[in-house]
Amino acid sequence: MTFSPELETRFAKMLESYPEGRQRSAVVPMLLYAQDEVGEVSQELIEEVAKRCRVTPLQVDEVVGYYSMLHKRPLGKYHVQVCTNISCLLVGGEELFEHACRKLGLGNKEVTGDGLISVEEVECIGACSWAPAILLNYDFHHFVTPEKLDRLIADLERTRKAQ
Amino acid sequence: MPLYNEPSPLEVKVLTKRFGLPNSASIDTYLATDGYRAFMKAREMTPEQIIEEVKVSNLRGRGGAGFPTGMKWSFVPRTSPKPKYIICNADESEPGTCKDRLLMEFDPHQIIEGMMIAGLSVDSHKGYIYIRGEYRYLIEDLGKAIAEAYSRGWLGRNIQGTGFDFDVYTHTGAGAYECGEETALLDSIEGKRGIPRLKPPFPAVVGAWQSPTILNNVETYAAVPAIIRDGGAAFAALGTPKNGGTRLFCLSGHVNKPGVYELPMGFNLLRMINEVGGGMRNGKKLKAVIPGGSSCPVLKAEECDLAMDFDTVAKAKSMLGSGGVIIMDEDTCMVRCAVRIMKFYAHESCGWCIPCREGTSWLKKILVRFHSGQGEAADIDMIGDLSKSILGRTFCALGDAAAMPTISIVEKFRDEFEAHLNGTCPFEQKHELALV
Amino acid sequence: MPDSVTLTIDGKSVKAPAGMLLIDAAKQAGIEIPSFCYYEGLSLQAACRMCLVEIEKAPKLMVGCTTPVAEGMVVHTDSPTVAAARKSTLEFLLTNHPLDCPVCDKGGECELQDMVFRYGAGESRFREMKLHVDEKQWSPVVFYDGPRCILCYRCVRICDEGMGVGALGIINRGAISEIAPNKGDHLECDECGECIDICPVGALTSGTYRYKTRPWEMEHVGTICTHCSNGCKTTLGVRNGHIIRGNNRDRSGINGEFLCIKGRYAFDFIDSAERMQSPLKRVGANFEPISWGEALEIVAKTFAEVKSRGGKFGVIGSNHTTNEENFYLQKFARQGLGTANIDHHRTGDIPTLLDALSGKTESLATTDAVYHAKSLLIVASDLSQQHPLLAFQIRANKRHHNARIYVVTPGPVREDKYAAKSVRAAEGAEIQALEGLRESLKLEGDLVILFGDAVKGDAVRQLVAFGDSLGIPVKYVPLVDYSNSRGASDMGLLPDLLPGYQAAPERGLDYNDMLAAADLDVLWVVGANPLKDHALASTGAFVVVQDLFLTETAKRADIVLPGASAYEKNGTVTNVTGEVQRLKAGAKVIGAKPDLEIMGLLAKELKFNLGIWRYDKVLEEIRATVLGYNVPLPLLAAGSAAQTMPVNGRDSAEFNPGQIRSSRDTLFTSGTLGRYSKMLSSVLEAPGALYRGE
Repeated sequence: MTFSPELETRFAKMLESYPEGRQRSAVVPMLLYAQDEVGEVSQELIEEVAKRCRVTPLQVDEVVGYYSMLHKRPLGKYHVQVCTNISCLLVGGEELFEHACRKLGLGNKEVTGDGLISVEEVECIGACSWAPAILLNYDFHHFVTPEKLDRLIADLERTRKAQ
Repeated sequence: MPLYNEPSPLEVKVLTKRFGLPNSASIDTYLATDGYRAFMKAREMTPEQIIEEVKVSNLRGRGGAGFPTGMKWSFVPRTSPKPKYIICNADESEPGTCKDRLLMEFDPHQIIEGMMIAGLSVDSHKGYIYIRGEYRYLIEDLGKAIAEAYSRGWLGRNIQGTGFDFDVYTHTGAGAYECGEETALLDSIEGKRGIPRLKPPFPAVVGAWQSPTILNNVETYAAVPAIIRDGGAAFAALGTPKNGGTRLFCLSGHVNKPGVYELPMGFNLLRMINEVGGGMRNGKKLKAVIPGGSSCPVLKAEECDLAMDFDTVAKAKSMLGSGGVIIMDEDTCMVRCAVRIMKFYAHESCGWCIPCREGTSWLKKILVRFHSGQGEAADIDMIGDLSKSILGRTFCALGDAAAMPTISIVEKFRDEFEAHLNGTCPFEQKHELALV
Repeated sequence: MPDSVTLTIDGKSVKAPAGMLLIDAAKQAGIEIPSFCYYEGLSLQAACRMCLVEIEKAPKLMVGCTTPVAEGMVVHTDSPTVAAARKSTLEFLLTNHPLDCPVCDKGGECELQDMVFRYGAGESRFREMKLHVDEKQWSPVVFYDGPRCILCYRCVRICDEGMGVGALGIINRGAISEIAPNKGDHLECDECGECIDICPVGALTSGTYRYKTRPWEMEHVGTICTHCSNGCKTTLGVRNGHIIRGNNRDRSGINGEFLCIKGRYAFDFIDSAERMQSPLKRVGANFEPISWGEALEIVAKTFAEVKSRGGKFGVIGSNHTTNEENFYLQKFARQGLGTANIDHHRTGDIPTLLDALSGKTESLATTDAVYHAKSLLIVASDLSQQHPLLAFQIRANKRHHNARIYVVTPGPVREDKYAAKSVRAAEGAEIQALEGLRESLKLEGDLVILFGDAVKGDAVRQLVAFGDSLGIPVKYVPLVDYSNSRGASDMGLLPDLLPGYQAAPERGLDYNDMLAAADLDVLWVVGANPLKDHALASTGAFVVVQDLFLTETAKRADIVLPGASAYEKNGTVTNVTGEVQRLKAGAKVIGAKPDLEIMGLLAKELKFNLGIWRYDKVLEEIRATVLGYNVPLPLLAAGSAAQTMPVNGRDSAEFNPGQIRSSRDTLFTSGTLGRYSKMLSSVLEAPGALYRGE
């Protein structure tokens, strides 16, 4: 498996950043970055990371299911992560999540038929003082209201039409 | 870079003094505002002097446990032939906490400098910043800051001709609250599941890659340059006895001005809500506060007239924790809060030990059922009882973190549980109204 | 630190070595601190929290499995707080446990059942939905039922730490965590079943045993595995004369809990449809079943006739049959038939080693010594494949005592992973390759050298000379292959040596010579299959074969006598490290007879006075007459191992390299027996290969 030149450069630097013989340390970052590029943690990716980090595929697999951000099937190109944890809950996080689901016709961790958008109820994302908050892929959006979310989703859907 | 919330005039800005400056994250801004002066000063000090200064400052771990930082550093064996590592815990995940994000975004060099000084104190030459995966943009930001520091000779070989070498790398997590526990973080950085380790040995002796390791929170490292630069005593004087300095408090919930504010240790909680946070939203009455992230026992409104330092909050049978101050008004359903808190811990339990794994999962099921109106009177005692069966019996503190808020909510808001017994949540309507 | 400390447990003053874990100190004092995840010899977990105890002055309950004892410590394991903690831990455990005990294989032997019985509550407050995942089959022998799993991680540790395989891991997080196999949906491993045996509940079950019986319906017979030379104790679960299960759950014997795939599952050959249950007589190109009486009469008559006319006998014994049978056979041959033509398929050059070691009485290592040696040198053996118990012992030694391991092999082996140094040397070049290790080995405290069949004749003498030159105590393990290879040699199934390696008055024909002799009148083969890879030159020879199956050799026989397997007989066998252990009859196969009985009946028919053919009587004679075999009977009776020390003065071994051939069995083959074990060939790893490494 090969990745984009940028990612290969990142991986090469990453492997050098850990002490000698500790390539295993790169397992989690490598999985996450590779997933961002290929869309999911496939068996092929698990084996590739195992090879690069000099561990067994099982040792990689153990890690995949442990970390919430790693997933074995593709999510949407745009992944809407709505925090409903305590600080967001107090100011409408759960209602925001339900709104997103209704709006998109999706359940938790489901993807639209065309693979464009997925939605997930997530745990605290570290935006408590600017709640309710969502992560759209890796971008934070603070003080999100249902209306603001509608506008965001409409923008995303425009990219679908553009395609 | 606009700040996420307006500063408060009551703030005492030590760690956040550069916030709001133009290009506050750049090395030029940093150097122009005392940046890296503390490192140069520390270079002239002995390791013992550095550690002593940190001890004098009464700096206590800002991750949540509040362990004296100087003492932690002193546990690293000097004579170990192994390399030593400085790890920065930037896995900020405690619900209610969003301060480390700002420190990394607006003043990354301060953290790097703090890590370098820690390196000087134990003869370590490598630092890693473990950043939660959701903070991807900060990995890029920190990467930029680190690159700047290298290009300007503030990292790498023979830093500024001092003969001291230090490298800093970032490492991303991928979504696991448990990795905020320091030994779970170590397993995670080694490429494994984030399962906490048996202690002893403590990380100071056997840490990352089997080597002595200093592991501190972002805010802890960020405080170090000021301590070395201006002296530990000056820092200590900002706070209360044994609770040195300032603290970044994250106000969230039902206040008019939620936000992250740097306030002296020991700042009064009611003043924090009313004067810093602009008072309760919509003129509602205060019902309760979780003072330090969702792991801490809840304080009822009448318990909130207290100084926010580790010891005073502990005396009130809660914890200062991570600085996440979660404020709840009179319309808040405390059962719903208990449900959400337990859902979180059940989701994040690593599964290693039985009481946490099975207990949080069971409690979540009971609480969800209870809140939906399917509860029975006996459930109320059972929720408290099961939580107490987790408390103090788990492998790491996650079990306690799940049990403590739950026990406190059951004990302090039993009437709200009882009010759910007639089949509905009495706050449902009020809650919907409050959101409109 | 003082050597020992005194503490108080439940009011009882207890002395324990400093540093000992509280759970072990309590056990020594007869106080049980319950636990699931704590397992002696494996890494510490502190995960199950069953061992929480109250220690005075500690702010909360402490785990007994990781807390070391301390002077003056006051511990309560029986306080109401501790009782409540145990009860609640069990209540937690049972929330997602299916409670399908009535149909669970582990029912009656389940540690969770036992714990609930002793410490738990019969009633649960749990009324929510239980988590469920479907049961999975990971291999023909391993099944995993996730909901029953209590996540004690014993299986993960025994596979990784004990076996050096690491085929099991943990996937997912929190309450939905599960154990997972290394190949996604299946296992690729040693198929040893250690994970099943060590599982405290019915989460891991055995493909050969599941749903066959309730444990209390079986008779549990402790005997010795008949597959390789390592001599593992296996406890056979026998019902109505059939073996249903093999394990060593009680950790008795030299192998502790260890068994490989063969010891645990490959007993099924005894019930093979091809097993002979009646004597056969050749009629033209075919065989005809005949009675035992008729068969013995024909054999006796022929033997008597050939003997009376001074004809030529050839006797080939077995490396599977018991010491008593082997002793009796050579006596039968030498004293009864009056022939010196006796031998067996040799897989190691024991006589030369003993000759080279003459005068050094403490130079043979036991299986226990392999666990305690400060350093070990493996020469010319793929130990994990060919000698799985010794490999297990070495891994345990490395783990517990940090032993240093040196490897000299023709190809990669599992031990490379743990080795201080690994050297590749082609067969025959091993001794030269040792020179490269000399300087390192000289610095070791002591050494055990384990060497395979490639080292024979002069090479054995050179190896001993090398050992002598190191200046440190050195012990040896000559690696032979079959379950009683060592015993066959010790009992004088050799043309030039009597039992105990005493020089024979005359030298007879050896194995190859017998088969090559054109004028052989009788070939008597007891439990061997020489014609698998040799031709019988004497086309007119009368051939008598005792065996379990119609092997290549049996097919050439005139009379075939169905023998009993090791699992059907009493007696003793001597393993690779020279330790004598007792076989105990478990199963019964109708029509077959133990070889000792067959020989005894033949002797009676021939009116040879060879003594009573009861195994205990023959053993008496062995103990009295065979050098090194005066082993204590109570030890054997108790199911323990007694080491033999047949090192004496020089013996007159004559070296003939062609006689020594390794079986080259892997973990998944077992000579002729293996061919008749369906289970052994059912795993996808079979037949495996040597020197493939990991």
